[in-house]
This record gives sequence, C-alpha cells and structure tokens, in this order.
Amino acid sequence: MKLTHLLTSAALALGLATTAVAQDKTKVGFIYVGPIGDGGWTYEHDKGRLAIEEHFGDQVETVYQESVPEGADAERAITQMALQGADLIFTTSFGFMEPTVAVAEKFPNVKFEHATGYKTLPNLSTYSARFYEGRAVQGHIAGKMTKSNIVGYIASFPIPEVIRGINAAYLHAKKVNPEIEFKIIWAYTWFDPAKEADAATALIEQGADVILQHTDSTAPQAAAEKAGNVITFGQASDMAEYKPLPRVSSIIDNWSPYYIARTQAVIDGTWESQQVWQGIDKGMVEIGEITDAVPADVKDEALALKQAMAEGEYHPFTGPINRQDGSAWLAEGEVADDGTLLGMDFYVEGISGQIPN
Amino acid sequence: MDMGSISPELLLASLMVAATPILLAALGELVVERAGVLNLGVEGMMITGAICGFAVAVNSGSPAIGFVAAAGGGAVLALLFALLTQVALANQVASGLALTLFGLGLSSLLGQGYVGIKPPPVAKLDIPLLGDIPFLGRVLFSHDLMVYLGLALVGLIWWVLKYSRAGLILRAVGENHDAAHALGYKVVRIRVMAILFGGACAGLGGAYISLIRVPQWTEGMTAGAGWIALALVVFASWKAGRVLLGAWLFGGVTVLQLNLQAAGFAIPVEYLSMSPYLITILVLVIMAGDKSRAPASLGRIFHASQ
Repeated sequence: MKLTHLLTSAALALGLATTAVAQDKTKVGFIYVGPIGDGGWTYEHDKGRLAIEEHFGDQVETVYQESVPEGADAERAITQMALQGADLIFTTSFGFMEPTVAVAEKFPNVKFEHATGYKTLPNLSTYSARFYEGRAVQGHIAGKMTKSNIVGYIASFPIPEVIRGINAAYLHAKKVNPEIEFKIIWAYTWFDPAKEADAATALIEQGADVILQHTDSTAPQAAAEKAGNVITFGQASDMAEYKPLPRVSSIIDNWSPYYIARTQAVIDGTWESQQVWQGIDKGMVEIGEITDAVPADVKDEALALKQAMAEGEYHPFTGPINRQDGSAWLAEGEVADDGTLLGMDFYVEGISGQIPN
Repeated sequence: MDMGSISPELLLASLMVAATPILLAALGELVVERAGVLNLGVEGMMITGAICGFAVAVNSGSPAIGFVAAAGGGAVLALLFALLTQVALANQVASGLALTLFGLGLSSLLGQGYVGIKPPPVAKLDIPLLGDIPFLGRVLFSHDLMVYLGLALVGLIWWVLKYSRAGLILRAVGENHDAAHALGYKVVRIRVMAILFGGACAGLGGAYISLIRVPQWTEGMTAGAGWIALALVVFASWKAGRVLLGAWLFGGVTVLQLNLQAAGFAIPVEYLSMSPYLITILVLVIMAGDKSRAPASLGRIFHASQ
C-alpha cells in the first residue's frame, strides 16, 4: 500500500520532470478512507477509478491515496493531491466533508467531488447513492428469513446515511414480520476487521440470525460463516466470495458511470457544481444476486420490491410512519422528502435504543 | 435493556480470543524492551505475520504450518530492524516507524491474491473432562492451541526474566549495556535474538487475527492492534503478568461494550466505545504506582567502542 504509494510518488516526480509532454492530460485524484483491498466500500470506488483509466486511456491519469484518516490529516492529503496538479478530486467518505470544503476554497481552479456529504461550493459537488433502497430489500429478506426474529446491525458512525439505512431495513423487516427486533452496535469505525468480526459475534451470541453491516470489510461475513446458520448481506460491494451462505444478497455501489461522466465533463469544460443522489433507477445502487438459500417466493417479492423502486412506483419511506417517540412523521401515503432524508437523525417507531450524538 | 441476553460464559470465552493477538505481540515487545531496544514496528510485523501465516496456511492446508510461517515472517522483518539498529546503528524510533510502513506495504503486496479466500479452519482443543465442567469448561478449556500458547508464554517469560540466568543477562543488557559489555556479554547478539523473538511473537499475534479471530485476509486488517500492544507494554510497567491483565482488560472491555450495545444497555455509546482504552490505562497506571520504571538503556544505541 505505502510501497505502491511511494512508487506512485516516484513516478509522479518523474512525470513532473517531463511536464511539457504530459500537460494536456487530465489528472483525476481519489482520497480513500480504507485500503483498496477492503472488499467493500473503497474497493468499489477504486473500481470506478480503474473504469476511468480504461475508458479514457492515455487521455486521463489517475492517482489515489488510500487509508486516509478522517480528520485533520485528510486536509493535508487532499491539499497534496491538489498541489500535484489534479484537475478533479473525489473524496470518498463522509468524514472528509470539512477538509474537502477547506481545500476546495483554497484551490478554486480544481474541481472537487465529495461522496455522501451535503456541503457544496462552486467547485465542489456532492454525490451519493440511495443505499436505503437496497436496505429496504435487505430488510424484506431479513424479516422473512429470520427464525429468532432478531436482526443484528453493525453500524459505523451515527450519520444520516447510516441511520437512514437502519430505518429503511427495519421498516421493511417489520412489514413482513411484526415480531422483528433490531439489535444495533455502533462500531465507531468504517474499517477494523477484528472489531467488525467481534461485533458480529456478539450479535450472534445474543441470538441474531441475520447480520446487516454498514462497515466496509468482509469480516462480519467471515464471522457469520464461522458461526453457521446466520445470513448476511454484502455491503457496498458484492462480497460474492461468501455466496451462497452466509451472504444471500448484497448492495453494490456502482460508481463507474458517474466517475466517467464527471471526468468527461472536466475534459469538455462543462463541469458544474451539483448535488447528485441516485438510486436503483440510475444503476448507482445495484442489488447483488439473491442466492438459492433464499426461498423462491421471498426472492420474487424482493425482486418485485426492487422493480417497484426502480420504476419510481414505490418509495421506501412512504407513510404512515411514526418517529421513535411515537409522534407522527409521515401521514398515510405521504412520501419523505429528500431534505429530511439527507439530515435524518431519528429512529422510526419500534427501534429500541438511542442514536449516539 | 435486556441483560439476560448476555451470556457471561460466552463473554468470558470471547474475551480470551479478543485478548490473544495483543497479548502475543505485547509479550514479544516486552522482551525486546527489557533488552533495551525500542521497536515501534510491532504493527508492521503483526500484519506481515498475518499475511505470511494466512498464505502458507491456505497453500499448505495446515493452520499449524501457517502459524510457524507467521512467526518466521515476523522474525524476518524484525531481522531487518535488527540489522538497521544493531549493526548499522540507526535510530530505533525512525527504524521502527519505517518498519511499520514497510510491513503494511509489503503485506498488501503479498496479500493481493488472497482477498476473499477462506483459510483452513483451526480446530479447537477438545479437552476431555475439563471441557465438560459447567461454565469453566466453556470459558477456559474450549479454545484453540494459540490461546494456551499465549498463556504459557506469559508464565515462561515471567519465570525466565525473574529466575533464570538468561533472563538476568537480558535484563542486564537492557539496564546498562556498557556494564554488560564490560562483563563480557555479547550485547548486540543478545539484542538481536530478543528482537527476533519479538518479531516472531508479533507475527503469531497477527496470524491469530487472520486465521482465527476474523478469519480472512484483508489489507490493513490489524488496524492498530500493534500500537495497542506497544502501549500495553509501557502501561504494564514491563511486567509479563500485567501485560496479561492489560490484554484481558482491553479485550474483555472491548467485547463487553459490544455486547452491552447489542443488549441495548442504557449507557451512551460514546462512553462504551472509549471504555476499553480508558479502563485499561486507568487500571494499569494505578498499578504502576510502585517503583517500576523503564529499562535504563531503552532506546539507546550501543557500540562496543563507546
């Protein structure tokens, strides 16, 4: 990882020595929160980066830095990338929001794209996927397949995206199984395989036979497989190596079309700041193969649900839905607006426990 | 809140598992530091051990051979550190940090073909009679061999350092390398052996994560465990028994807080999340109120001409 980084830097230094040749190349940079080999979140972003390279060939050069901590050091890493002459920089974790804003203000000529955040500037766009649509499908399968009626959920940080996922999964599990109970662990990390595995084990020991994860590594899959009789879902990436059990389906983030489109916009000079939030309909969220471990009727229902969301006939947050404290949130037939969803900081009715601040 | 859903039996059993990687790594580093060498490369040696052990176990089909390879991998990396600091007399802090960076890079290079592969399962020891004791049987006698190896190592290191001639020499080298040298002890040779031992232990700790605790290979999967092991040695005042206590506390509270969260315990998650660090440090600092201190030659460069 660092070695490759060193080599990249060395290559960059060489590149600088011969700038005249390389000047018309568009340079696209990526800041990752985990290692590209995490098998989940960062892995999929890096697939997007490779898709750019394949699509544009010699026209575009990409650079990346992996395992960048969320916080002050991120600002240094992004600044360095901007100084190295990147024309477009994707920062791919929620925690990079403030550092990205700070660097974007200093480099008005560089275009920035921040994943899953909500702050924009004339040279800073945000983009995210409606992962909660995939969570609805997972919740449906989980509710149908659990025997203990306990679903374990490994959450990462208490940010709207994660809370949205918990709510969407819970609502759809509850719909098909009124007895359902969610046990939620906040791991306070995106990537720590040992801790993720421990969290999965703790949930399984407390009776969960379905594990949903919002962390980036495949460790919970391995823990579930070790325990046996537990089903899981791939998160961010297909995690196909755990098919057909414990992994019975997955949410796949497909960033490639977006990354290619935005790179093209920079090349054409048509890039503009925007806020993009795409779901199953545009293909940014994909549902990985539902394996034969899932009964055929459940699989059909899950696919029908996916189809309804893809065609815009169904929204996972359709009323009546109450907040955790019992107060009304959405009336019968009312659909949640994007503003509330983007800032979601409450559980829906029926989930126990509190969201950490 | 539903405390009934937490089984103390399973909790204590998982404590032993969660504590083992940092225990092994910290014990190795303890010996290194007792010999007067500060090796900050524990994280790098752990992750190298994790991938070496994983790769060899997958290819040979035997976790036991994997663990041997992990110890070897960690020791080879440690040898690099030994060459830099004991032969080339490089700065130990800088060399150790470089070792961590190098280990992380090397492991992701070595591990490229191993993402998503499942390692051969490690058999748990089925101890007859003892394993059938209610409660204690599940907590103490139902683990894999490595857990017991870690415990045996605690006793062995404690005994060697305290009562054996070899331990006395090792401590002498760590306390005052000039005096030890004047007495005719081979300071550099002893330190190199201690460094190799430390590397082997760190490698075993890493392989425990990749072969048993998780079990899979993921880049950067030790995620800071090496640094915790390093801190543990200091807070445990360079004593093997306290390292064990610290590792159990850290592992125990980590597992406990996850279980409390899952059970919906009414303590804010932020506090639960920081509790392993706080409690471990607090307990060990209070215990360190006695006269224990760092080995006097810790981190100092030795050359026979000085």
